[in-house]
Amino acid sequence: MSKSKKNILSKPILRRKKPINIIKKNSEINILNKEHLIKLYQEMLLIRRFEEKAGQLYGMGSIGGFCHLYIGQEAVVVGMQSVSKEGDSVITSYRDHGHMLACGMDPKGVMAELTGREGGYSKGKGGSMHMFSKDKNFYGGHGIVGAQVPIGVGLAFSHKYKNDGFVCMTYLGDGAVNQGQVYESFNMSALWNLPVIFIIENNKYGMGTSVDRASAGSSLADRGKAYGIPGVEVDGMNVFSVREAGKEALDFTRSGKGPYILEMKTYRYRGHSMSDPAKYRTRTEVDAVRQQKDCIENLKEVLQENKVTDQELKNIDSEIKSLVTNASDFALESKLPDENELLTDIYL
Amino acid sequence: MTNVKMPALSPTMTSGTLAKWLVKEGDNIKSGDIIAEIETDKATMELESIDEGIVNKILFKEGEQNIEVGTVIAKIGDDDQSDDKIISNLPSINKDENPILNKNTITVREALRDAMAEEMRLDHNIFVMGEEVAEYQGAYKVTQGLLEEFGEKRVIDTPITEQGFAGLGVGAAFGGLKPIIEFMTFNFSMQAIDQIINSAAKTLYMSGGQMGCPIVFRGPNGAASRVAAQHSQCFASWYAHCPGLKVVSPWSASDAKGLLKSSIRDPNPVIFLENELLYGEKFEVNEIDDLIPLGKANILRKGNDITIVAFSIMVGKALEVAETLSNENISCEVIDLRTIKPLDIDLIINSIKKTNNLVVCEEGFPFAGISSEIISQVQELAFDWLDSPIKRITGLDVPLPYAENLEKLALPQANDIVEGVLSTLNRSAKE
Repeated sequence: MSKSKKNILSKPILRRKKPINIIKKNSEINILNKEHLIKLYQEMLLIRRFEEKAGQLYGMGSIGGFCHLYIGQEAVVVGMQSVSKEGDSVITSYRDHGHMLACGMDPKGVMAELTGREGGYSKGKGGSMHMFSKDKNFYGGHGIVGAQVPIGVGLAFSHKYKNDGFVCMTYLGDGAVNQGQVYESFNMSALWNLPVIFIIENNKYGMGTSVDRASAGSSLADRGKAYGIPGVEVDGMNVFSVREAGKEALDFTRSGKGPYILEMKTYRYRGHSMSDPAKYRTRTEVDAVRQQKDCIENLKEVLQENKVTDQELKNIDSEIKSLVTNASDFALESKLPDENELLTDIYL
Repeated sequence: MTNVKMPALSPTMTSGTLAKWLVKEGDNIKSGDIIAEIETDKATMELESIDEGIVNKILFKEGEQNIEVGTVIAKIGDDDQSDDKIISNLPSINKDENPILNKNTITVREALRDAMAEEMRLDHNIFVMGEEVAEYQGAYKVTQGLLEEFGEKRVIDTPITEQGFAGLGVGAAFGGLKPIIEFMTFNFSMQAIDQIINSAAKTLYMSGGQMGCPIVFRGPNGAASRVAAQHSQCFASWYAHCPGLKVVSPWSASDAKGLLKSSIRDPNPVIFLENELLYGEKFEVNEIDDLIPLGKANILRKGNDITIVAFSIMVGKALEVAETLSNENISCEVIDLRTIKPLDIDLIINSIKKTNNLVVCEEGFPFAGISSEIISQVQELAFDWLDSPIKRITGLDVPLPYAENLEKLALPQANDIVEGVLSTLNRSAKE
């Protein structure tokens, strides 16, 4: 009994008293070859162009309901997924299209789900916020702010239970960090040393409320401190910083030391959803980030420094463009779901 | 001389077992000394003496069962009068002579535990998680012995964090495991209802059939005894309302076992509603290993004049009423729903075609309840077979009061069913 008590109730060790400062090092650049760099660029550009197209289709009425675009934040998910292992599970909230693409899901299936067609990942029954791919270990796409966090901890629990060596990457926004269930999740994951990384995508606004008006304390990376969970602030606009922090977190967690928090300082260029006029911030603020910190433009410069020619960049652009056009064509040509689908998939 | 009486040590305790005496006649005890161990319906508790003095008489032997609350079990006085030796005149307990122990009986509590244990032996992906399920052996002793057999990896005590561990369970189910999540009572499931409805019930549909959620949420539901409004509520209609969930609510021990086993094997999220007052009830069991399919109701008593539909604790009351009314030459057919959703409406309709009258019983609130649903379906499907308007016997539309008399008034009693049956048959005869 004493043994079991020790294992179950052992106090989490405070692993790092002070979170280290924002990681901005670009040491990653030196260890990545040209192909790696191009791959990162392609993935980020795919998300950017895909989301722009989704915005267009929304404007044309082909996509309905809620549609939350990821534009601006691409470095976070691309950086993190580029250092994860195949088999690691991923779960996020409703700003999720970028995560699906970064997990390797087919842009056609994602776009067709946005247009509510039978070719969509959920056969048109889930929409923008509810898409899943067990093949790609992507567990959604959840519409309730914060609700994906305990589920992510549950996925981590299953990794530990099966002893499969995988980690659950649980993404949440700065808007979710004040939900009670996030702390219930921090507590359980630390208590049981579960392999989960909480990636807080702090894009500065939870819908229209800035993080300063919503969250007490100076750092979201510190939010796990009471549970002994190490936390780091990361420049989420820089894919190399994301990769470096991601590697460190993954090494820590995969070696059985328990959860880890990464606060990704990022920014979304578009409104919260398509119907958001974004009156809570100025155009100047958005433009400043776009001009100075854009993750794709910055990476483009690095590519150019690494002798990627303008012609190569042009070729990449047109490849991505045609991928997105194909996805969009597929999504518009795919049929509406058969009416017989209405009452399927309620029970197994 | 002071009398030491069998204490009530839990809200539902009506009698207890004298597990052990820690004092003997002639001992001088002080206030606060532990004098005995009493086994209640939930746990073994220590009995402290309030009084000081010498133990004069011990009136029950160790091991004596079913000593009613309030019975004098020992006498404490100022002087040593232990020479009365009343204890030596008591008959010794002979288990072979106890009729209830001789039959093949099992409590609902044991049936539930056995169901989990048997399934856990078959499938290593099944685990049990909840508050006090492991080291404490279950707040209501339902998970007794599971930690010992299956270890801490599979029987897991959680912090008090319902939304968190319900969500964790859902994630584990998505990840390929088969969680059994215990709510200490379903009242606390309201903390977790978003995870149950939005995450567990809807994901299969939202994923176009890709991601099922094989999970069981179980625990006691409905009114217990004198625990008042926040701890006394039936959640059958809450959960049955939502597509994607199955809702099960057994009455007997063999149903509890067979239905829980089926629920654990079911690939869908199942809400398994138990009843605290039934945990200690003993039932005869015939086939130990029977799986009982979900979605199948059961005719517990055949009859011709009226059909009484009930589930969970109301089944016992319905059977009692049927027995009473048989003396008045009224023949009641009693149906135990067993599963609320999917509802076995065919069985109910077939019964109505024979009896032409229906009374539906449920302990929960009347508005938008399970009885309302049954009545609605019956009038859609069997209107022409009815000789009288359908009557529902339910709890009142009020938060459950604490006071004993008010609590009883708020909950449906056997007598309410009798009146319901009589008024229904009365109208049936007139019209």
